[in-house]
Amino acid sequence: MSGSIDRIYALVLRHIHIWRSSVMRLVDSIYWPAVQMFMWGFLTQFLRPQVSFMAQAAGILLSGLLLWEVVVRGNLSLSIAFLEEMWSRNLGHLFVSPIRSWEMATGIIIVALLRSLLGLIPVSLMAWAFFGFSIYSLGLPLIAFFLILQMFSWSVGLAMSGLIMRVGQSAESFAWAAVFILMPISGVYYPISVLPYWLQPFAYALPTSYVFEGMRSILLEHSAQWHLLGLALALSAVYLVIGFQVFLWFFRSSRRAGSLLTQGE
Amino acid sequence: MSVALSIDVRHLRKVYGEVVAVDDLTFAVPRGAVLGLLGGNGAGKTTTISMLLGLLEPTAGEIQVLGVDMLRRRYAALPRMNFSSPYVDLPHRLTVRQNLQFYGRLYGVRALHRRVEEIAEHMQVGEFLDRQTGKLSAGQKTRVALAKALINKPDVLLLDEPTASLDPDTADWVRTYLKDYQAETHATILLASHNMSEVERLCDDVVLLQAGRMFERGSPRELIERFGREDMEQVFLDMARGRGRGFESLRKNEAAQ
Repeated sequence: MSGSIDRIYALVLRHIHIWRSSVMRLVDSIYWPAVQMFMWGFLTQFLRPQVSFMAQAAGILLSGLLLWEVVVRGNLSLSIAFLEEMWSRNLGHLFVSPIRSWEMATGIIIVALLRSLLGLIPVSLMAWAFFGFSIYSLGLPLIAFFLILQMFSWSVGLAMSGLIMRVGQSAESFAWAAVFILMPISGVYYPISVLPYWLQPFAYALPTSYVFEGMRSILLEHSAQWHLLGLALALSAVYLVIGFQVFLWFFRSSRRAGSLLTQGE
Repeated sequence: MSVALSIDVRHLRKVYGEVVAVDDLTFAVPRGAVLGLLGGNGAGKTTTISMLLGLLEPTAGEIQVLGVDMLRRRYAALPRMNFSSPYVDLPHRLTVRQNLQFYGRLYGVRALHRRVEEIAEHMQVGEFLDRQTGKLSAGQKTRVALAKALINKPDVLLLDEPTASLDPDTADWVRTYLKDYQAETHATILLASHNMSEVERLCDDVVLLQAGRMFERGSPRELIERFGREDMEQVFLDMARGRGRGFESLRKNEAAQ
């Protein structure tokens, strides 16, 4: 087990070295969430005096935005952590070293988590500083929200990393965009009940929808629905296992097809 | 498999669609020997090395390295192996020291800091240990790649064209180092190369590959005699162009069989 910990530590440390050598690689983690936050922040400030509902909705919109960024950043951070290996044409060395697939997945998940935190914490502080909105007012459930959304984003990121490994870097843009297809049915800015009936089961199959429903419940009704968060956490764990299995399936497929030999070239 | 064999490959085959990249390849490498894989472009050298490392799954056949079935338990052998190829880079943004420490940790090297200093001194990369790997010259990068390949003092070392694109001086230095390392550690080395003088100098035994199949095998001296030539360069050209005494007698033997 100590060997596994050493290898995971090595992978995490390798990414920290890269961040230290190129701060610009971290900038996009803050840049896009900050741009979105300012846009929605100013919009809610504009609408607040004109629409009474907006006084209450402002917090919902900004919370939705920041929590959705947890999903987006988690997916991007994990995909980028994997792509770093491809961009540096390093996959060949990695895959013939003693590091196992689950160790590699764990390592890049830790890297993705650190990267997400590095991006999201400053942006959440900016929201408080500029618009007087604190995501931390969600209280203890915020930790559960963050964990559920990160786990779900890792599952998408692992599946997308597997796809890129198998198909090549032409699949990169799809990896960036994949998570957005889930946004309309995750109820980020509106309740799931708004969706057509036939679409609602799909929404409730996603852990994200429980998080955003839970967020609205706290902000509007001041009550945390822990049982739904428990369900969402279990769903996220299932998706994470599926995401890892998809990654492994693509890895085995890449070994058969020989695509590990040509990546990054 | 006999414990005296480091590498034992049997009936190895790799097919991509309708293309047969490696076909019924069988060879063994005794412990402490240096085997050269020779062949033109597309002969199956890199494919064979990739299958030995587990980077590529064979369509059929068996591979044992250090007594370990590489198709089922490769992680038992990988810590005692290593590899270098000009087609696989080390992360450019990491310094040489960070790269060596990274791979040292992956391979479970003990007393890592001392080992990094030691291998850096051996490979003459000490003066740029703290420089980014991507900013080094081709020759310096090759020495760093070799340092990475030797960081865990591997029992089995697989080298894909270790002196490709190097100037003659650096290439000679690399060959001398590999010869010394092998003599000192009795490591088994499998070397794929296009450089015939390198093969003559380093290899105890050579497998000539053509279109994924074993064309001929023997020591460089035996092959030169068999083909009635003066050096391995001419042997290689005979094989590649399908001409000469060696090629004709091989074809006759094949026909007789």
